[in-house]
This record gives sequence, structure tokens and C-alpha cells, in this order.
Amino acid sequence: MPETIQLEVARYRPENESTPTTQRYEVPFRKDWVVLDALNYIKDRLDGSLSYRWSCRMGVCGSCSMMVNGKPKLTCAAFLSDFVPGPVRVEPLSYFPIVRDLVVDLTEFLYKLKKVKPWIIREEEKPLEEGEYRQTPEQLDHYKQFSMCINCVLCYAACPVYGLEGSFIGPAAIALAERYSRDSRDQAALERLEILSEEDGMWQCTFVGECTKACPKGVDPEGAIQQYKLAGAVHWFKSLLLPKAAK
Amino acid sequence: MSEGTGHTPFHPKWYRRRVSVWWWLESWTYARFVLREITSVAVAFFALVMLWQLRALAEGPEAYARFFARLQSPWFLLLHGVALVFILYHSLTWFHLAPKAMSLRLGGRRVPDAAIVAMNYLMWLAASGFVVWLALRG
Amino acid sequence: MRTKTPLLWTLFSAGGTLAALLYPVHLLLTGLAFPLAWLKAPDYEYLHGLVAHPAARVYFFFLIAFPLFHWAHRFRYTLYDGLQVKHLNELIDTLCYGGALAGSAYAAYLLWAIR
Repeated sequence: MPETIQLEVARYRPENESTPTTQRYEVPFRKDWVVLDALNYIKDRLDGSLSYRWSCRMGVCGSCSMMVNGKPKLTCAAFLSDFVPGPVRVEPLSYFPIVRDLVVDLTEFLYKLKKVKPWIIREEEKPLEEGEYRQTPEQLDHYKQFSMCINCVLCYAACPVYGLEGSFIGPAAIALAERYSRDSRDQAALERLEILSEEDGMWQCTFVGECTKACPKGVDPEGAIQQYKLAGAVHWFKSLLLPKAAK
Repeated sequence: MSEGTGHTPFHPKWYRRRVSVWWWLESWTYARFVLREITSVAVAFFALVMLWQLRALAEGPEAYARFFARLQSPWFLLLHGVALVFILYHSLTWFHLAPKAMSLRLGGRRVPDAAIVAMNYLMWLAASGFVVWLALRG
Repeated sequence: MRTKTPLLWTLFSAGGTLAALLYPVHLLLTGLAFPLAWLKAPDYEYLHGLVAHPAARVYFFFLIAFPLFHWAHRFRYTLYDGLQVKHLNELIDTLCYGGALAGSAYAAYLLWAIR
């Protein structure tokens, strides 16, 4: 095992340069270190000007998403030992505009997320005296996988359709729409289906499948999108042949 | 602060990377995806061959004999060989992706993907066997 | 939904399934096994009689038409994403779906007319 490992970190300082550059740093190699540890070492000891996002350092907040050797990863979950002898290339998340160094702008994503109405929608709320909404384990199981999304947007960085067509609503938004539509307490599945059937909605997806591969929490956006397409097709035929039943 | 970049301290000039036309060559996964999509051309090709076959059948035995002779030419044999490879790739990828669109539940538990894939292969075998039987009966 | 995309996707899926299940065997027989005499090719009378059967007419129509729409839908997106020619979308849509429609119409005509 080597003593040190090199990191090639993308830099972009808009006040000084018009295109990104690369800066090399030599950091100690520790068996249990992840890329985020290396970045923190750089920031603490070598170059305090490096900008990047991070928070929980344990894979639940979704802040530290970056490209490591060309693959979208949570840097708190990417072990340096997987990349020896290096160098390790660290770049900002693909397909998003770069604000500074390793920081990308996620405003578009947040807008798309809000668009699918990721909250429980009911026509009528149960009165408080009737108590809580109860769910069986099977009902929980039906949507649980999709609730694991931490909005890290690694799936967007993996999706070539999003890269080519930045207006595509994207995997995480669709997975979260599915999470709520499948929830037994929710009553707005049809509303979300209509939203996702708009232009730049789910029909843009060409089933590449990289989103599911990139997800660090085991969410399956690929599956969610295909099931939504099937539901959309069924609904389309139903509303054509039996308009009353489709409402 | 440099001149002419049009940004302010509160809204920096973002850098937008352009996606190259060759994006699909950047990784094996992307390349395999494009190959999978290209199989549709082989599908269209064979659909047209069958259309041609139908026309030859409709026109009579001499026309059909001419059609059959053309199929025996080395060019067509090569084309069909290549098309077969692509169409087989289509079949294999299709059977493995189809389960994702369905969330079948049987007796309260979700049917595993592997079961649906196996079912697809069985249907493939049965359908192919039936066609071979029909074609060789004559 | 006024958009036609769900319909086109359904045709794409049906065509893809038919092609996946049946094109390999048909191609193997028609394109290789019979021309290369690996298997004895059926003669004209038998084939003609087979195809003229009403069930066979319906079978061959779907076998040709749906995969053509499968190609149209898939190839359209391949051109958009692969070659990034989205600005030509009206031309591409017309050529792809129009082509599939023309092929299907011709198949229907042939299968109707065969006697």
C-alpha cells in the first residue's frame, strides 16, 4: 500500500478564469479514507480555496455527489483504496452547470422535484378523532424502495438523455412521484401521471438504465419509469374507450 | 474581478459543459446501449424482407423462385447473418428489460424478475418451435 | 391525454415483443436455413396455401406492421439522442412513422389481395 495518492481536482474560479482547469494534490493514503476525506485534507492542510459540498459523510444527505474517475459517486462512499495507485480524477457532477470548483447548480432539479408534487395529496383529510392512517407491511413495501431517495442526483449525472436534453424531468423526480403515487394514503396518482406525461416528462426516457446503476440507495428509477409508461399507456386507452371509468 | 465576464459577486458565471456528439463512445455501457437501439434497423430490415416475400408469393411461382434465388446470393446471406446477430441481441435485451415494466404480484408477494425472464424464454422457445413445425410440415 | 405518445409507445412495445419472440426463428429459416439448404425449404404451393389462411393473414400483418412501428419509435429517439438532430424532429417523425404506416398499409393490401 502506498504512502500517498494523487488527486486531480477540477477547479473553476469564475472571477479569474473562463474555463475549468485541473489541479494536482498529493494526499496521505489511508486504507479507511474515502475521497471526501482526501478533499477535506486538501481543504484543511493544502489549499483552503477548494470549494465543494458535503455534510453527513455517511451516505444519507446526498450533498457530496461528484464524478470520481468519470463515474457519478458519493465521495463519502468512494474508498481511496478502490483507486490505487491513482491518480484519482475528481470533477463536478456531469450535465449540471458548474458554479465554482466542484459545486454545481441544482436549482433546475429542485424545480422539477416540486413539479411532481412529492407529498401526500388527499381529496379529503380524515378527521383527527379517527386517528392515524394505518398501513400494512405490504402497503409499506409497495413504495418503500422509492422513499429511499436522498436527492443526491447521481442518477441525473448518469443519464445521457438528461445530458442531451436538459429539460428532461429526470429519474429522481419520477422515482419520487412513484413513491407518493404508490403510497396507500395518497390519492393523486392520476394527477402525477398527467404531469409526467407532458413534454419533457417520462416519455423522453429511452431506458438506458444507468440511473438505477448509479443510485447509492438502491432506488430503481428505471423500473419506476417503465411502470409509469405502462400505466400511462393503459390510462390513454382507457380514457379513449371508457372515458367515464378513466377519471 | 476580470472585465467582461458579465457576472457579479452574487451571481457567478456558471460553466456549462457541452455534450459531444460522440458521448456514446465514452463508456462501454453507453456504447452497448446504442448498439441495442440500433437493433431496430435490423428489425425493420427483416420486416421489409417479409414484405418482399409476401409480394413474391402473391405474384406467383416464377416471382417466388426469383425471390428465393436472390436470398441465396452471398450479399443477402451476409446481410441476414448480420441481421440475425442484431435481432438476437434485441431479443436477449428485451427479455431482460420487460420484467421492469411489470410489477406482478402473486399471492401478496412480488414475482421475482428472474421468473418473468424465464417465462419470456419459454415463450420464445415455444413460439419458435411452432413456427419451425409449421414451416417444415409441407 | 391528447398526446399520441402513449399510443406510439404501445405500438413500440408490441412490435418489440413480436420481433423478440418471432423474428429470430423467421430470419433463421427464411434468411439462412432455407437458402443454404440446411433444412428443406417449403415449396410454393404449400407456402401459398399457408399464408392464404385467414389466421395466417392476420398473423403476418401484425408480424410486419408492429415491428415497423417499433423501429420507427426507437430509431426516432436514436436520431435525437445519438446524432443530436432534434431540430429536424418534424422531418424525422414524418419519415419514421410515415414509413411504418406505408409498410403496414402495403402489408395489409398484399395480405388482403393474396388468393
